Amino acid sequence: MSCKPMKKDESVSLAQHRRTFFTQAAAGVSLMALAPGVRLVELAMANSEDSLPSNDKRWGLLVDTAKCESGCDECVSACNSEHGLSGHGRPETDAQWIRKVDLKDEQTGHELSIPILCQHCEDPPCVDVCPTGASFRRADGIVLVDKHTCIGCRYCMMACPFQARSFIHEDLTGQKTHSPRGKGTVESCTLCVHRIDEDQEPACVEACREAGHDALVFGDLEDAAGPLASLSSKTATRELRPDLKLNTGVRYTSF
Amino acid sequence: MRAPTFQHMPSSTLFWGVVAIVTAFVVVGFASAHHMESAGHWVTGMNNRVVWGVPHVFAVFLIVSASGALNAASLASVFGRETYKPLSRLSALMAITLLVGGLTVLVLDLGRPDRLIVAMTHYNFRSIFAWNIFLYTGFIVVVVVYLWMMFEPRMNRFVGRLGTTAFAWRLILTTGTGSIFAFLAAREAFDSAVLAPMFIAMSLSFGTALTLILSALIFSIRGDGLPTALMLNLRQLLGYFVIAVAFFVIVDHLTRLYGAEHHSLERFILLDGGIYPMLFWIGQILLGTILPAVILMQRRYKTLATTIAAALLVLVGAFCQLYVLIIGGQAFPIDIVPGFSETSGFFDGVIAEYHPSLAEFGLGMGGVGLALLTYLIATRVLAFLPTSGFDSGPSS
Repeated sequence: MSCKPMKKDESVSLAQHRRTFFTQAAAGVSLMALAPGVRLVELAMANSEDSLPSNDKRWGLLVDTAKCESGCDECVSACNSEHGLSGHGRPETDAQWIRKVDLKDEQTGHELSIPILCQHCEDPPCVDVCPTGASFRRADGIVLVDKHTCIGCRYCMMACPFQARSFIHEDLTGQKTHSPRGKGTVESCTLCVHRIDEDQEPACVEACREAGHDALVFGDLEDAAGPLASLSSKTATRELRPDLKLNTGVRYTSF
Repeated sequence: MRAPTFQHMPSSTLFWGVVAIVTAFVVVGFASAHHMESAGHWVTGMNNRVVWGVPHVFAVFLIVSASGALNAASLASVFGRETYKPLSRLSALMAITLLVGGLTVLVLDLGRPDRLIVAMTHYNFRSIFAWNIFLYTGFIVVVVVYLWMMFEPRMNRFVGRLGTTAFAWRLILTTGTGSIFAFLAAREAFDSAVLAPMFIAMSLSFGTALTLILSALIFSIRGDGLPTALMLNLRQLLGYFVIAVAFFVIVDHLTRLYGAEHHSLERFILLDGGIYPMLFWIGQILLGTILPAVILMQRRYKTLATTIAAALLVLVGAFCQLYVLIIGGQAFPIDIVPGFSETSGFFDGVIAEYHPSLAEFGLGMGGVGLALLTYLIATRVLAFLPTSGFDSGPSS
């Protein structure tokens, strides 16, 4: 078999092709390597500092017990629907983020009904006791559970003075993307943080107003001109378990 | 007294028979854990009101006993009591295996035991639970080094120092375990500083009872009995420790009975709380305190059989005490709005129901089985069993 020698022009042309190929390949690889980074920067920029929770605000609720009707559970239904909390017909183990509690004054016999939910304490015992730091308090006062680091030890449930937390005892269905949950972890009221971050009020507050009671008022506890301050200035408010001095974000009036 | 000598556990049908029995417990334990984790905790008796159940009773019992199991080694190394020297190695081994058994139950009862690595890599140092993770793992490391010092003749001179470190560590560890409950300010059944020293007394008592039972078991498997002098010394110690626990229990209840604030809780635990007063008076006080105290203090009952019977009664009392403390403490409702009676669909204002499932007992017994299995196997692997160096009579 004979081998034909290559001409000088053909050799130069091949070298140019090779150079062009490597240049274009390098550009392509660089683009592939940099593009995700550029995309990340773009995403990071989209979540600017202004939109991050800040300690200039402290979100809270004021419950006017005079307007809260016994037997009405619009707030509970709205919460269940908003967060996909469908029970299994086992009240002892089903999740409940907000519940209606009927109270009777042991001295006078006076009766009233109040919703009890996570009180979003300034010094939350659940956050103190959590071994992994999964229970945490956002800068704007909302107490949450990081579902990725909760190991399901349930020590926070032992520590919560309001029994406001639930443990997921079984498989879940119908989860909402804005409210991720996980079997074997602990959860509680998020104050509808996904709505607050989009300048909306919590589902329970909206439902209470739509039902014509307006017993729940949402707002910034630090805002001297806001609705909470305005209502609080007209009447005495109280927190549950005041003996523990937790400075709760949920306050009650008219009792 | 001559330095004790040690040997490996000889192979025998009896030994392997006991190993087979405890292995069966371990298998049941892991099967129970698998059932609980795959189905979810709804198959247990635990719920949103009683969040820690029977597995925690077993886990706390094993962890507290682990600390107390080190008594014999501490008495020999720290307090120079030569009588206990032959038991030093077994004592340290028991401390490790009981702790491993207890921690295994604790981990397998987590909602997400697969996230153990998260517990090892994310720490909240405001949490006594997080501190306990260090106390438990650190205790195992310290006692392993302590054992090495005992086994290695060139290191024997450091046994005293390591013994002192392990002794201090175990006191802090039990304080930490008691503080898991003592720091729960929201629950009136737990919120008490006396729990930490009470847990130390409990560890001394439960650990000594287990030392007596397991030493008698291991000596019987080998074919000889627990040496009389050792038995009499441990028996006397157990008597003191049972009284010490009773002292803290009385102080705790008297403190709560004094103020009107806790009258409802005391009424619940001591009088009308259903199973809890029964377990308290019959299990904890009568069977677990008075009866063993009488047996241990009476000269005429100074036999191995009565001593082991007393130790077993102490363990019955231990389970009853931890059940009443841990589960009774949760079953009693939290008074969220003082001055008002509370009713709701979430069981506010009522005594919480708790019916433990078989799986929970299975998991707990699996932890006990694991502790015993590792204890027995270790005696085959290394020379833990004393063959000489026993005292001829009671040293006290």
